[in-house]
Amino acid sequence: MSLVVNNLQCIRGEKELFSGLSFVLTNKQLMRIEGQNGTGKTTLLRTLCGLSQADDGEVLWHNLTIKKQDEVFRNELFYLGHHNAIKADLSALENLQINTALAGASYSEEQLLQALEDIGLFGSEYKSSAQLSQGQKRRVALAGLLLTNAKLWILDEPFVALDGFAVKKLQDVIASHVENDGTVILTTHQEVPLTQGKILTINLDQSNNKPNRSDND
Amino acid sequence: MTSAFWIILKRDLLLALRRRSEIFTVLFFFVVVISLFPLGVGTEEAVLKKIAPGVVWIAALLASTLALDRLFSADYEDGTLEKIVLAPSFLSISVLAKILAHWLLTGLPLVLISPLVGLFYHLPINTILVMMLVLLIGTPVLSMLGAIAAALTLGLRGGGVLVSLLVLPLYIPVLVYGAGAISTSMMQGVSIEPYILLLLAFSLLAMVFSPWVTAVALKISIE
Repeated sequence: MSLVVNNLQCIRGEKELFSGLSFVLTNKQLMRIEGQNGTGKTTLLRTLCGLSQADDGEVLWHNLTIKKQDEVFRNELFYLGHHNAIKADLSALENLQINTALAGASYSEEQLLQALEDIGLFGSEYKSSAQLSQGQKRRVALAGLLLTNAKLWILDEPFVALDGFAVKKLQDVIASHVENDGTVILTTHQEVPLTQGKILTINLDQSNNKPNRSDND
Repeated sequence: MTSAFWIILKRDLLLALRRRSEIFTVLFFFVVVISLFPLGVGTEEAVLKKIAPGVVWIAALLASTLALDRLFSADYEDGTLEKIVLAPSFLSISVLAKILAHWLLTGLPLVLISPLVGLFYHLPINTILVMMLVLLIGTPVLSMLGAIAAALTLGLRGGGVLVSLLVLPLYIPVLVYGAGAISTSMMQGVSIEPYILLLLAFSLLAMVFSPWVTAVALKISIE
């Protein structure tokens, strides 16, 4: 299982965000994308999951471009964007149930409640999401990570709005996914300690866009 | 694949149930527009009978554009649309579910309340039945064409007005044949069948192309 990025280029308006970006990511690897605001971190993540089109280059999953195997790729992908995809008129439980079902999996109510409890939302499961705080809404979105079977996680600033407990929990979840043969790509300023696996870093501030490896076996 | 269809349909109906005001806005708009005409043009029976088909359809067209703006924008703003696009199923199937939900919430209520119009406009009973039938066939076309415009204008400032401008000209064929069928049903010895068949043809054509075109437009809009 591998994600191969070949010579990727993205241009927004007049500005070239990045070009000639190439890397290979396999299981048991975590990639951190760094860069100042406006350097194209989110654009890169959206391009990797197929929401945005690259101006040049290609993204391969299992040696096939993601466009050619849309459904297979999306089945193995968990994407978390800036927005939490939480409906204010639905409860935390309903939101989680609908979002996991859309991703193609169905879970029993016990499993969903357990995931919400694990992420620290015990007591808020049936509350209307309008009453949840920003951090709690983020937790509902992240509860999907505890349930998903997706191999590739693409997370855009997953730690934003979370408190200490949730940050710790999320670090554990990400680390255990990487250890269990998963692959994670994320943008964050937060360290994610791993006990096994490899951390790769890409810094979009630099012009050469070569990934720096920091081995962590 | 079919499951995404049911999930989205059920979700949209549930959301509308929690927030009923949007359904009633469309319905009341339809009734109010229709009841304004007799006040403006007078209550002469012959005049009202003559204008009724056009008035009903124009009110239906305007009412259906009211809620179009919200068709995708709510999902777009809270990130659900990205989830739907990235779901492992065909986007056009998900779009069809959203269109169906939209019609059930804004088109079907118009069909059901339309007999009330018969009272305002002195329409005979068989004309009222024809009116319900053509609205039943024609309003899904409005939702389907509207979805394309809503997807194209997604994320634009002032998109709501733009949707109406884009979509109202496209509604003309439905208006012509829909109103034509109702007028014809008040004449003796003329068949309304050609009108019904043409409306059905529009409906089928829109059902085939609209979800697909809308899906393409959505992908462009969220990029």
